[in-house]
Amino acid sequence: MNDMRIVERLVSTNEIKIAARDVNVHYGSSHALKGVDVDILNGHVTAFIGPSGCGKSTFLRCLNRMNDTIPSAKVTGSILLDDEDIYDPKVDPVRLRAKVGMVFQKPNPFPKSIYDNVAYGPKIHGLTRSRAELDEVVETSLKKAALWNEVKDRLHAPGTGLSGGQQQRLCIARAVATSPEVLLMDEPCSALDPIATAQVEELIDELRTQFAVVIVTHSMQQAARVSQKTAFFHMGNLVEFGETGQIFTNPHDPRTESYISGKIG
Amino acid sequence: MPLFWTFLIVLAIAALAFVLGRRGAVARTAGDSRQLHSLPSYYGWYSFILAAVPALVVMIMWIFVQPIVVEMRTVSALDLPEAVSTADQNAAMRQVRTVAMAVQDALASGAMTKDQLAAFATDPAPMGQALRDAGSSMLVTVTPTLYNAVDVYLGTSNMLAWIMTVVIIGLSLAGVFVAISRCRPDFRARNAVEKVTMSILVMASVIAIFTTVAIVVSMVFETTNFFSQHSWIDFFFGTTWSPAFQGQSQLGLLPLLWGTLYISFIALLVAVPVGLFTAIYLSEYATRRMRSIVKPLIEILAGIPTIVYGLFALITVGPLLRDYFAQPLGLGTSGSSVMTAGLVMGIMLIPFVSSLSDDIINAVPQSMRDASLGLGATPSETIRQVIVPAALPGIVGAILLAASRAIGETMIVVLGAGAAAQIGLNPFEAMTTITVKIVSQLTGDTDFNSPETLVAFALGLTLFVITLGLNIVALYIVRTYREQYE
Ligand SMILES: Nc1ncnc2c1ncn2[C@@H]1O[C@H](COP(=O)(O)OP(=O)(O)O)[C@@H](O)[C@H]1O
Ligand SMILES: [Mg+2]
Repeated sequence: MNDMRIVERLVSTNEIKIAARDVNVHYGSSHALKGVDVDILNGHVTAFIGPSGCGKSTFLRCLNRMNDTIPSAKVTGSILLDDEDIYDPKVDPVRLRAKVGMVFQKPNPFPKSIYDNVAYGPKIHGLTRSRAELDEVVETSLKKAALWNEVKDRLHAPGTGLSGGQQQRLCIARAVATSPEVLLMDEPCSALDPIATAQVEELIDELRTQFAVVIVTHSMQQAARVSQKTAFFHMGNLVEFGETGQIFTNPHDPRTESYISGKIG
Repeated sequence: MPLFWTFLIVLAIAALAFVLGRRGAVARTAGDSRQLHSLPSYYGWYSFILAAVPALVVMIMWIFVQPIVVEMRTVSALDLPEAVSTADQNAAMRQVRTVAMAVQDALASGAMTKDQLAAFATDPAPMGQALRDAGSSMLVTVTPTLYNAVDVYLGTSNMLAWIMTVVIIGLSLAGVFVAISRCRPDFRARNAVEKVTMSILVMASVIAIFTTVAIVVSMVFETTNFFSQHSWIDFFFGTTWSPAFQGQSQLGLLPLLWGTLYISFIALLVAVPVGLFTAIYLSEYATRRMRSIVKPLIEILAGIPTIVYGLFALITVGPLLRDYFAQPLGLGTSGSSVMTAGLVMGIMLIPFVSSLSDDIINAVPQSMRDASLGLGATPSETIRQVIVPAALPGIVGAILLAASRAIGETMIVVLGAGAAAQIGLNPFEAMTTITVKIVSQLTGDTDFNSPETLVAFALGLTLFVITLGLNIVALYIVRTYREQYE
């Protein structure tokens, strides 16, 4: 891990955006997530690391109730977003997902134009009152996703025609367009080449000023580069959660230590 | 020797060749099959192919050529006049075949011996009665010429059949020897088998293409024949369909085309929404259990023969529509109607539309649904705004394929819509389609060479062009759609 550079950045706030307590997930009879407690802070990038199959994506999907779309999944415990339980029956998961945006592992733009991809969320939620306003939302979202300059002349070309890295940034723009408060990213760079990865990582750091960002990654270097907080999962358990610098330089749990030094795959 | 036995013998030789080829190749490496270029069974298959394929190919060709040779020799034995018409020659040949068949049956059942048969050579007159006594139902009087021709017919057939058996078994054995001598360890049996496999596949597709071309050519031929006897202006632009077998027929396509399109339109009006919504429900909302029950049930619909749908139209739907809608509303008194046929045909097409659409909707990647749901869209918004647009070209293709089935449907129309060729807007009136008229023009005792009969081919070709066009457009659309996700 020589090339690992721990980023110590000034973190302005420390308010808790999401507080998860004793979260358990069962898929049918298999217990995929066991009693997880995590706090997601505003203005931070929180990274989830761990060997594959340990429940990172499962936990991430709890945070915007995407697990509701899997019939066999059962979630228990409490997850508070701004002190409101998102699993409360009063909460509409559809509204919640507008507030907690998600970017997926594989870029998945709709087979529509670039413009329509970004405008999809605002249109569905009626966030804009006029075409001009929508144009503006599309433009600012694309700018936030650092894609505007590359696509501003071909907004009506299909989004599927972009390169992989551009597609992923388009997906980020699409998530940003609904003005979420939290942005969840599930291995957003795993299908990208190193240059596109670097662009997206840079972007994540900028996005952190506006949203709480949660990123799942299988690359420890990436976690070290972009995050301030790191959670290490192992076999459905949250093993260790703390400052990224501390996790990578001075882990308390022997399992974290062996994972970081490459002994657990 | 019957053909079937020859075939079995060739197969047996080929099986033997398999064993010999395989053993021989392995033996040449002193038992170490790793020294072989290919796996031992490839040497076996190579020998099998060499023993079976040339022999069987010759056999098939022989089966086609033999009757021609036999007929030529028989015809010359019949001593027909120089200027005999084809029809007369065919009639004479038919007589020869009838008598020959009776003779074969009588010999086979033992009711007549070869000697008895030979005895008729001097006086064949009582032979007809003798054959009838032996159980034949043929009524031909056997003349000396006919006797002679039958003799040539049977003799040539017999002789050629024996020669064929010998040639084919000889070829098969020769194949075995060639194969065994070639099966050395460095022989690339695997590549040779691959080549043969490929040529078999090519042959299969050539047969498919050839048949299609042959069908089209014969239709085009009969159609030109029709247009040489009937005005094409009347056919394409005539608005009256009234075939009169004394001549002076009016054979206008338009009423039939109108009926076809009207009935198909109503059928699609039923099948498309119901089929599409079913597909959406099944692929997006239904639980796995529900799906496993509903899908097979719908597919049962697809297994019902169209004649049964026709009966359903005739006995149930027709009277129902007439008694509850047409008569009270003063729209008609006929049980057969465009509506009846259209509704029932629509029901027939539901599984067709739903299962094609279901496949197409399922082909939309899950990641599209995740993306939309993840942005806070509801399932039905996701369907309307993402899934259906993404699947639309495929769905349109499915609808066009359904349309081409509707246009070609016959039984439901015969029983549901009647046979009255007319143009009208009232869906409770009887109308008819191109397919129904093709059937009615070709059935019944009519001169095959009259325009009233030949029009069936012109109608068939028109139908073919319409459905071919629809299929091409549909396939083009479906294909473009497929490329989208690959
Ligand atoms: N839809 C599902 N149905 C059943 N089991 C699942 C499903 N998704 C994930 N799992 C199981 O839950 C566990 C955690 O998976 P996941 O959260 O995807 O792991 P990670 O993202 O850390 O690689 C795995 O054992 C996986 O097999
Ligand atoms: Mg995962």
